[in-house]
Amino acid sequence: MPSRVVITGIGIITSIGNGISETLQSIRSLKSGIGPISILKTVHRENFPSGEIKLTDQELTELARPGVPATVTRTTLLGLIAAREAYISAGLKPGQKPDVKTGIVSATTVGGMDKTELHYFDFLNNKQHLEYVHTHDCCDNTQTIAEYLGAGDFMTTISTACSSSANAIMFGARLIRHGIVGRIIAGGTDALSKFTLNGFNTLKILDEKKCRPFSSDRMGLNLGEGAGFLVMESEQLAKRRNQEVLCELTGFANANDAYHQTASSPDGYGPFLAMKNALDLNGTDPREIGYINAHGTGTDNNDLTEGFAIEKIFLPAIPPVSSTKAFTGHTLGAAGAIEAVFSILSLKYGMILPNLNYSGKISELSFEPALKLQEGLEIRSVLSNSFGFGGNDSSLIFSKY
Amino acid sequence: MEAYITGLGSISVQNTFEANDFLQNPKPLDSPVNYCIEPDYKKFIQPIQLRRMGRILRMGVTAAAKCLKEGGVDLPDAIITGTGLGMVQDTEKFLTSVIENEEKFLNPTSFIQSTHNTVGAHIAVMLKCNHYNFTYVHSSISFESALLDSLMQVSEHPGMKVLLGGLDEMTDIYFRISDNAGLWNKYQAENNPSMDPQKVKVGEGASFFLLTGTRPAEFYARFTGMETFYKPADAGDISSRIAGFLQQHGLDPHDIDFVLSGQTDQEGDIIYRELKEGLFKNNNFGYYKHLCGEYYTSPAFAVWIAAKMLKNQIVPDAVVLRGSGPNTLKHVLIWNHFRNINHSLILLSA
Repeated sequence: MPSRVVITGIGIITSIGNGISETLQSIRSLKSGIGPISILKTVHRENFPSGEIKLTDQELTELARPGVPATVTRTTLLGLIAAREAYISAGLKPGQKPDVKTGIVSATTVGGMDKTELHYFDFLNNKQHLEYVHTHDCCDNTQTIAEYLGAGDFMTTISTACSSSANAIMFGARLIRHGIVGRIIAGGTDALSKFTLNGFNTLKILDEKKCRPFSSDRMGLNLGEGAGFLVMESEQLAKRRNQEVLCELTGFANANDAYHQTASSPDGYGPFLAMKNALDLNGTDPREIGYINAHGTGTDNNDLTEGFAIEKIFLPAIPPVSSTKAFTGHTLGAAGAIEAVFSILSLKYGMILPNLNYSGKISELSFEPALKLQEGLEIRSVLSNSFGFGGNDSSLIFSKY
Repeated sequence: MEAYITGLGSISVQNTFEANDFLQNPKPLDSPVNYCIEPDYKKFIQPIQLRRMGRILRMGVTAAAKCLKEGGVDLPDAIITGTGLGMVQDTEKFLTSVIENEEKFLNPTSFIQSTHNTVGAHIAVMLKCNHYNFTYVHSSISFESALLDSLMQVSEHPGMKVLLGGLDEMTDIYFRISDNAGLWNKYQAENNPSMDPQKVKVGEGASFFLLTGTRPAEFYARFTGMETFYKPADAGDISSRIAGFLQQHGLDPHDIDFVLSGQTDQEGDIIYRELKEGLFKNNNFGYYKHLCGEYYTSPAFAVWIAAKMLKNQIVPDAVVLRGSGPNTLKHVLIWNHFRNINHSLILLSA
C-alpha cells in the first residue's frame, strides 16, 4: 500500500481545557481537571472525583454554534467542538464542500446515554422526550459531525470500549491507505454519565481520591469526559494543498487479550501484541520511541500488566512512560483520540507529559513513570496505548514527518 | 477487494440455524415484533457460562461457532462484528437498576455485558483468539462497516480467515420505546400527520460468515463490492449512485441477476418502488425483511440468503417479488436503506 498517512489537524476538549491552547496551558502548569462532580446529577457527586468539563450543555451548545441541531446530546456536543477544531486547524472550512472524498470515523462507548438516563422512563411510560431516542445511538455523533462539517462521503462508528477511538484512528488510516477516501476525520467522544459512573463503581475500580497511575498505592481510576479528533490524509493530498503536516501515523495495531471480559491477562499478552505489532507494521525500532503515552488507568490490574508488556518490548532501555489520565480522568471511548492528541503535542514540542500524583514505585516493575514535565527534547516517535473491556488492545505510533 | 465465503451460521426469525431446507416453508411474521428461533444452546455453550449470558450473546456466540465449524476453522485471524443497537437487554437491565435503585446496590454483570463489543470479545475468549477484534456500531450500516473492514483485511493479507458477523437483538422494552419514537414507521417522502403511519414488522438476528481472500476449492459466494451513502437527495441521486457503484465493478444494472432489496413487505416504500420501476425495471427483484423483520443488521441475513442462492443456484420463491431469476445466477445485489438515512449496497458474485 503506497500512501503514507499524515495528520494535518487536531482538536480536543477535556476537563483540562477546550482546545489545544488551553490544553497546553494546563499541561504546562500541571493543572489536573479532576475534582468533585458538579454538572452530572448523581448521588456520587462527592464520592468519586472525576474529570468533568465544567460547562453545561447549554454552554457547550453556545460554544458549538452555529449548526447545532435542536436535539443534541452532551456526547455529540463534545464531538462537534473537538472535530471542528481539528477540521479548521487542518485548513478546512466547515460547511464548504471538501476538495476530496472526506469521511468521518468516530467512536463512543455509550453514545447518547447522558440524555437517555434522564428520560428513560419518560420514553417508556409518558411518551415524552422521544427525540432523544433517536440521538441515543452511537452513530448520532458521527452523523451530526458529518453534517456540521459538511464532510460525510464516508462514515462509520466504532465501539470497542476504552480502545474505541484508537481503533477509529487505525481504521481511518487504513481507509486512506486503501484509497477509499482521501481524508478522514477520526476520533471519539464520550460524556460522563450515571450509567458509566455506576458501572465502574460496581466493578470497584473507581478511586475515591485522585487516581495515581503507575504508583504502588494506586486504588483505581477516575472517570472523565471529552472528545478528541484528528484530521488524517494521504501524504500526496497534504502536499498538493500545501498543508502543514503535524506528524505521520507510522504504526498501529489491534490485538485481543482473549483472557477476561474486564481484566487483563497476568503478563499483559494482549497489550504486548498490540505494541509489538504496531512497531512491526513499518519496522519501527523500539529505540526510536521517545515517549510512551500509556493507557495507565490507575487500576491495580492495568498498570501492572501494561508495565510488564512495556518491559518485555523495551528493556533494557525503557523510554519515558507516563499516563495522562491523572490530568483528564479516563475518558473511555474518547481516550484513545485524546491521548493521540497528547502524543502529537509531545512530538511537536519535544514534550514529556508528566505522570501526576505519583506516590511510589510498583515493586514488580523495573521502571518509574516520567514525573517531570520536559520540553524541547528531540522526540522522533511516540507510542500511545489504549486498552479496553473485552481485552481490546490497541497501540498507535506517531512519528515526525 | 473481494473475499470468498466459506462458512455460514445464522440464527433468525426463520429456522435458518438447523433446517436443511432453504426457506421452503417460511414462517409469516405475525406480530409487530418477532423474535428468533433459538437453538438448544447447551450443545454449544457450557451451562455454567450460559446462565450468565444474555440472549444476544448466546445467539452471537452460537451462530459464530456454527459458522467456524462449517468453514473448518478453529482459530480465525480476525473477528469483526457489526451491531446497530449492541447489548440491549443488559443495557436496559443496568440502566433500570441505576434509576430505580437510585444508584445503589447494583450488580456488575449487566454493566460488563453492556459494552457493544461483548460478543466479539466473548468469541475471542472462548477461542483464545488474540487477533484483530473490531466492532462497528453505525445504525443500519453496522454490518456493512464490518464487511468493509473484512474486505480490507483480506486484501491486506489474502490468506487471512476473517469471522464476520452482524447481530442485533430486540426486547419488549426497546420495542416499546423505539415504537413510541416512531422508529418503525414506514418511510414516506412527506410526513402526513393526519394519516396513521404504516408500521414495519420488527425482527432481530445474528448471522456470521467466514471469509478468506484466496480462492478455496469450495465456497458459497464472493463478496465483490460494498458501498454506503448517507441521506441521498432523491431517487435520481440514489439511482446514479447505484449505477456508479455497478460501473466501478464493471457492471450494468442488467448484469445483476437478482436484486435483493431491503423493502419490508410486498408494497415497499416510495424509494424502493421508484427504483424497482426505474433503474431496476428490467431486473428480477426481491425482498427479505418479511422473513427476518426490520433491524439494523438485517443485511447480514440478506447475505446469508444471497450466499446460499449463489451456491445452490436457486432463488427461493419466498424472496421473489418479480421474475424468478435466470438459469444461472452470477451477481446478486443487496440494496438496503433505513428511513432513507443510510443506504448500503452489497454485491455478491458466484
